[in-house]
Amino acid sequence: MHSSAGHSLILALPLLVTAGFILFSLLERRRLGALAPVSFWRRNGIAISTYLVVAVGLWTVIMIVLPQLYMIDLSLRPKLPPNQVGGPKDVYTLENYRYFLYGSTTSTAAWNTTHIKAFFLTIGASVLVTLLNFVLCYPLAFYMAQVTTRARVRIFMLLLITPYWVNEVLRAFAFRVLLGSQGVINTILLKLGLIDQPIDFLGLDVGLYAGLAYAYLLMMMFSLYNAIESLDRNQVEAARDLGAPWWYIHWSVVMPHAKPGIASGATLVFMLNAGALAAPLVLGGPRTLWFTPIVYDRFYQAFNWQQGAAYAFILLLACIVFVLLVLRLFRVGLGEIAR
Amino acid sequence: MNTATINRIAVWFYIGLFFLYLFGPLAIMGITAFNSSSYPQVYPFEGFTLKWFDGLLNDADIVYGLRNSLWIGFLVVLVSVPVGLAAAILMTQVYARARSFYYLIVVSPVLTPGVIIGISTVIFWREMTGATGTRFLYDGTLMTVVAQSSFISAYTMLIFLARLQRFDRAQEEAALDLGASHPQVFLHILLPFMRPAILSAAALAFLSSFENYNTTTFSILADKTLTTVLAGRLRQGTTPAISALAVLIIAVTFLGAVAFELVKRREEAAKAARLRQAQREEDRSLAPAGMKS
Repeated sequence: MHSSAGHSLILALPLLVTAGFILFSLLERRRLGALAPVSFWRRNGIAISTYLVVAVGLWTVIMIVLPQLYMIDLSLRPKLPPNQVGGPKDVYTLENYRYFLYGSTTSTAAWNTTHIKAFFLTIGASVLVTLLNFVLCYPLAFYMAQVTTRARVRIFMLLLITPYWVNEVLRAFAFRVLLGSQGVINTILLKLGLIDQPIDFLGLDVGLYAGLAYAYLLMMMFSLYNAIESLDRNQVEAARDLGAPWWYIHWSVVMPHAKPGIASGATLVFMLNAGALAAPLVLGGPRTLWFTPIVYDRFYQAFNWQQGAAYAFILLLACIVFVLLVLRLFRVGLGEIAR
Repeated sequence: MNTATINRIAVWFYIGLFFLYLFGPLAIMGITAFNSSSYPQVYPFEGFTLKWFDGLLNDADIVYGLRNSLWIGFLVVLVSVPVGLAAAILMTQVYARARSFYYLIVVSPVLTPGVIIGISTVIFWREMTGATGTRFLYDGTLMTVVAQSSFISAYTMLIFLARLQRFDRAQEEAALDLGASHPQVFLHILLPFMRPAILSAAALAFLSSFENYNTTTFSILADKTLTTVLAGRLRQGTTPAISALAVLIIAVTFLGAVAFELVKRREEAAKAARLRQAQREEDRSLAPAGMKS
């Protein structure tokens, strides 16, 4: 298919979907007759209704949906010199996705191992970091939500919120100060005589993983805390009185109740890790390949936006698959996790 | 020693470790900003100095980046607070069969990696402004405001939704029955009720915008914000000047967070006082006539 048709289709899509829903609701109103609730325009008045529709319409269509569709569209186009864009050569192609799997047509290798490896490393490491964050946060979240007093929770919350606002470039930098070859830990180890050569923590990717585990810890914390907090303390008490061992209380009382919070923390932390850019740039060793810097280079080093769009969409697909898996695994709805 | 004591010691040990992990790296980075050694280090502490801070103020890039970050944050608040509010109100009114679809769309930016939001925004606007001859709109600052607002509006919407759940629609109906017009109800009933949430949303929107890196690095194009200047410097090398900048940024965000907390507490106190006042008035007017002084 020639790609000039693509944009018109994309632009028409949100209009068609909205029109479809409006038509349905009108038909339903007609069916209900006098029983129908007050109409949207009467309920809010003209001015407020216009504000609601325009604000949400612009946001959802121009800022959320169309950009994503345009990105997918661009990822399916060939890279052409400007004067040929829209010309006869501008047809839809899977070339950019082929490149991700097999590399450039001139390369002799069977697979594009560098990019594929970086992709799976990113996904795998993000899953592990997510699990680690859960293990680190769960006890404190439980303690704050179920054990300690209200006044103390307020103090803990203030302590947790402050570092939460430090941006991720600086968090990554803090770990470089800590783990660099002239960093604090190496200096101490050298002084103590435990080592005679600085350990290259950054080259070994220790820095990267430590920095990632640190960067989005608090997302997990707040999700878990909010979920566990709504559990009635009496339930834990009752389970204990009935003789349940502590691990069983967590496994079959607290965690099932906190399922939506665990799911939302996991999806957020995974997504933030898989999409992390600062930590890999600042803490990655020279041979580390995280997926997001590769995407970045497609855009601003190789200036191949088509390929960059394809890579970005692959990353997005991975995140969508992960969200769906988590929803399935925990048997919760999207409405429960995104709060 | 009985098990309860051991338990308590274990819990506090864990909490101590957790907060050490949380603050340790930041504290060490903070200390390096005051050490005169030219590599950021804590030990040996070669001498207390403020020279790293001095250099920052004379650094044109950083001053420009800071100003641009503040400007972008301000614009993002202006966009994402009204949009988030509208999206939350619409959620309670949207056609029932479309609700889950609508929810999926408006919540998707929260679950999309920031880099992808930045990428898709610049792709869309590059094509759009190219096709309509409005290339002047394809500008780093403007793109960043648009890209950041697209997900920050979803954050603010979630705040407003939480608040709206506690809104009693009977208030609205009472006002309408008493002859108020729809805009009046909106302005005098709904907005005052949403006020605390609007404040929280504005603060959250500003801070999210100010500290954002992933989306901004794609959408800023040739322009700069404080975080992108910072990331650029980091790629060139590690110096205590960056620590000093970190200390400044953390100090500003910390002051912001504390100021916000204070404002919120004062609001709460004022509200409690109003409630007590109303209670007193009510008690007085309900009291038997003879008891009125």
